Amino acid sequence: MAVDKKMNILIVDDYKTMLRILRNLLRQLNFVNIEEATDGSMALQKLRQGNIDFVISDWNMEPMTGIQLLREVRADDKLKHLPFIMITAESKSENVIAAKQAGVSNYIVKPFNAETLKTKMVSVLGDF
Amino acid sequence: MQTINNVDPDIKNELAALRETHGDVVKVSEIASVVKSIMSSMKGDLTANDLELYHELEALASYIHDAKSDIAALRPDEVRDEYIPTASDELDAIVQATEVATNTIMDSTEEIEAVMATLDGEQADKLMNATTNIYEACGFQDITGQRITKVVKALKDIEVKIDALVTAFGSEIEKVKADAPVEEPAASEITDADLLGGPQQEGEAATQAEIDALLASFD
Repeated sequence: MAVDKKMNILIVDDYKTMLRILRNLLRQLNFVNIEEATDGSMALQKLRQGNIDFVISDWNMEPMTGIQLLREVRADDKLKHLPFIMITAESKSENVIAAKQAGVSNYIVKPFNAETLKTKMVSVLGDF
Repeated sequence: MQTINNVDPDIKNELAALRETHGDVVKVSEIASVVKSIMSSMKGDLTANDLELYHELEALASYIHDAKSDIAALRPDEVRDEYIPTASDELDAIVQATEVATNTIMDSTEEIEAVMATLDGEQADKLMNATTNIYEACGFQDITGQRITKVVKALKDIEVKIDALVTAFGSEIEKVKADAPVEEPAASEITDADLLGGPQQEGEAATQAEIDALLASFD
């Protein structure tokens, strides 16, 4: 099934610059419906409103980190199947293992390029 | 404890001599010399090991005293009150400046993208690749920001430890400050080193208009 470019994507990062970079790169991939949150708790609030299809989240944020957000999502019956990509500067294998154990769909290490972003999205959503 | 009957003969003699000199009543002002005199006669009662231990303790006390003076002379209060806050402010300014620059770059890139939308074919593709590369490169601000945040946190940890040091060595530091007060330069005395503090923090820096006005005031 073709990926719907009108899907609602939630991007989560405490750096406004990174949110803007992600928004622009996603727009260049023709994704137009993008929402933003600056930490895990704000993201969770938006997710519970019920119309987000895909999450791309940073890890290192306060007060709720990306991994805590991921655990909350996977523990929530309504959200647990949501595709969730972690995009972070945390590149230690322990981090990747912890994210995988928490149920992450894929993992991107910063700094990243547009090609990596697209490849990881394709691996989660299917080709587009 | 020794009773008066089995007191060492040397001490007995010393006491007799003291009684001869001072009588049975010793003035307060003479107590120190009496004690010193008796102590000197007691040396024979100390073993070689006791004396060695005594000397080692004395050396240790002297070492601790010197170390405290050396630490106080480093003026940890200055490090806490001046250097660390300045370093933190400079790092914050770096984060702010790179953030402003990155957003300006992205503003321009978005304008290029708007023009790109009016083009077709190869030219549009080239611009698309170029703008994608710019967005990717702008990620440096996020990475440097996170690294600098880690350094600022490390500085805060150091500040806490130095604060404990200042509390522990407060009296020694005050003594060092009193012994070697920093001479404030005369108001009119500006050295070359004073002229090397830039770039100034926002609010401290003169604007180009202010500089132009200052230059014009010489005409």
